[in-house]
Amino acid sequence: MSFHAKMAYDATFQKSARELAPDDAPFAYTPENRARLDAILERYPADRKRSAVLPALYLVQYQQGYITPGAMRAVAEALAITPADVEDVVSYYTMFHTRPVGKYVLNVCRTLSCAVNGAGRVVEELCAKLGIRPGETDPTGTFTLVEVECLGACDRAPVVMVNDAWHECLDPAAAGRLVDDLRARGEAALSGCLHKVEEQ
Amino acid sequence: MPVIEMEQVLIPHVREPNSFTLDFYLAHGGYAALKTALGRTPDEIIEMVKASGLRGRGGAGFPTGMKWQFVDKKIEPRYIVCNADESEPGTFKDHLLMERNPHLLVEGCAIGCYAIGARTAYIYIRGEFHHVQRHLERAIEEAYAAGYLGRDILGSGFDCDVFVHRGAGAYEAGEETALLESLEGKRAQPRNKPPVPAVAGLYGKPSAVNNVETLCNVPIVVSRGVEWYTSIGPEKNGGPKLYCVSGHVKRPGVYEATMNITLRELVEGRAGGVRDGRTLKAVIPGGSSVPILLPDQLDTQASFDGVQRAGSLLGSAAIVVLDDTTCMVWLAENLLHFYRHESCGKCTPCREGTDWLHKILARIERGEGQMSDLDLLASISRNVGGKTLCAFGDAAITPVVTTLKHFRDEYEAHVREGRCTRPAPWRARHLVGAH
Ligand SMILES: Cc1cc2nc3c(=O)[nH]c(=O)nc-3n(C[C@H](O)[C@H](O)[C@H](O)COP(=O)(O)O)c2cc1C
Ligand code: SF4
Ligand code: FES
Repeated sequence: MSFHAKMAYDATFQKSARELAPDDAPFAYTPENRARLDAILERYPADRKRSAVLPALYLVQYQQGYITPGAMRAVAEALAITPADVEDVVSYYTMFHTRPVGKYVLNVCRTLSCAVNGAGRVVEELCAKLGIRPGETDPTGTFTLVEVECLGACDRAPVVMVNDAWHECLDPAAAGRLVDDLRARGEAALSGCLHKVEEQ
Repeated sequence: MPVIEMEQVLIPHVREPNSFTLDFYLAHGGYAALKTALGRTPDEIIEMVKASGLRGRGGAGFPTGMKWQFVDKKIEPRYIVCNADESEPGTFKDHLLMERNPHLLVEGCAIGCYAIGARTAYIYIRGEFHHVQRHLERAIEEAYAAGYLGRDILGSGFDCDVFVHRGAGAYEAGEETALLESLEGKRAQPRNKPPVPAVAGLYGKPSAVNNVETLCNVPIVVSRGVEWYTSIGPEKNGGPKLYCVSGHVKRPGVYEATMNITLRELVEGRAGGVRDGRTLKAVIPGGSSVPILLPDQLDTQASFDGVQRAGSLLGSAAIVVLDDTTCMVWLAENLLHFYRHESCGKCTPCREGTDWLHKILARIERGEGQMSDLDLLASISRNVGGKTLCAFGDAAITPVVTTLKHFRDEYEAHVREGRCTRPAPWRARHLVGAH
């Protein structure tokens, strides 16, 4: 018995307050993705399957949009590690989603070189156009807006990464139009990286 | 007269449409260095790289030949791990190299493997460079098909595999031991050193971690020879160098030069100077992690040693140019937002310190700071600097320390007037730290 008030570190408080996502359906790779994973595993020593955890998680995300607890268990099984090992990784890297996101994730670079070229204005334009704040998804489920750190293309600031594709030199005044253009034409609306820009 | 303008060797054809293809690369002398290297012994290659004085282009400028020599040759297998994480704010040279000249990197990886007796190279590329990765992977496929990678390369009996490994969004994965952890399928958090990767690196095996631009220099050393390589730069700062110029300049971009070039020639010459008729306020010469230089230091030689003599570091040669509309408190807040976000959280001074620094900077920038906050910033910085597991901690406090040193008056004005005294037109209208 203790005279002390219950402390935050009392055993009864130890249970994690974090709730697992309700969507806990089992996950299985499609045969194509399973074959891709098997090919990826060839790159690492046979007893180092764990090295494939990032590629394995990307395959999940491409298959179903975000990473569920069920998928983490499936990845763990495929790589012979524990689900906790997988969750540890998922929760660390920023490019993995654990909740549904919009069809287009607009990742606007907010770091110095982009910021001095108007990235803050780009974010404001996109917020106004979509009626959301950074980190949110619009009501139609089409766009998620995210502020990210330097994307490594600061000579073509401001840079926006849309899913895996790029749009460079985005004039803040044109940011709203990009949204309409994406709705109409999909990723064809994007300027692409230098590679594509130079070839045009 | 020191050589500044030189024939471009790292990015000579990047504006031509097919510069990334094998045919184009072969037509311009590609893979000749690999052929030459396979005709020598591995030790001869290491000696050559040592004699060239090639220094690592990833940030620290450590001699590459020495790093390769330190790799423990008694233990098998060994690995080349190419650092293509390129995340230091302001840096975008490896991006261009891999996008437009990927075979140069593939050739560098193969020669590196041969030199240290490795059979496998992993290229760890940041997750955001997916479009770049596709070019790199296509180049690797072409190299396999043409016999420059794979089994018994060019009939020499040497086997070499190159694999691309995609990261998933973490600046700290650029730190070499954190990169190895990430490649092993864990969080990108650094290891204690020693042991250094040359002794116990990937999977505990001897490994050389080299930056993309560093490995791209290796075929050049082999094909052009040590004498040429050392002749085109200041002593101990030889070879071609890529500079990334961004910020308030007319022509931002990647520029290749010898390290005889000065910051002035890069900023005012190559990049066309500050745009919109404004004046220069400050230059960050080596990425967000290094001290700021002022306009009167522009004649500094942009070499590893030259920038260090001026009190800063060449780092990743990321030159961020800032004009007189830039608020230096805002700049520190912007960069500490980056460091707070990217701290891997393994050690307390960095994890907590970056968060505190950012919170205090944000409140000063909003006009809610007190004069005592300035001393608090300095005191927190002292408690982070030199007290962390990896160099991230020292990097993170630099924007605070350097702006406090040169622009203390701007901090004081924010506190006195209760607002940002330089709200530039290119900035967001919303309050700093509002979300
Ligand atoms: C926080 C931190 C981030 C780093 N990020 C990178 C990076 O993105 N790319 C890189 O090549 N080196 C980076 N480095 C430097 C590497 O640790 C390492 O020194 C480098 O890869 C060695 O290659 P080099 O000798 O060819 O330069 C970073 C270091 C630290 C401390
Ligand atoms: S200094 Fe920062 S980034 Fe480096 S190990 Fe410590 S917490 Fe991680
Ligand atoms: S600051 Fe935006 S890409 Fe570097």
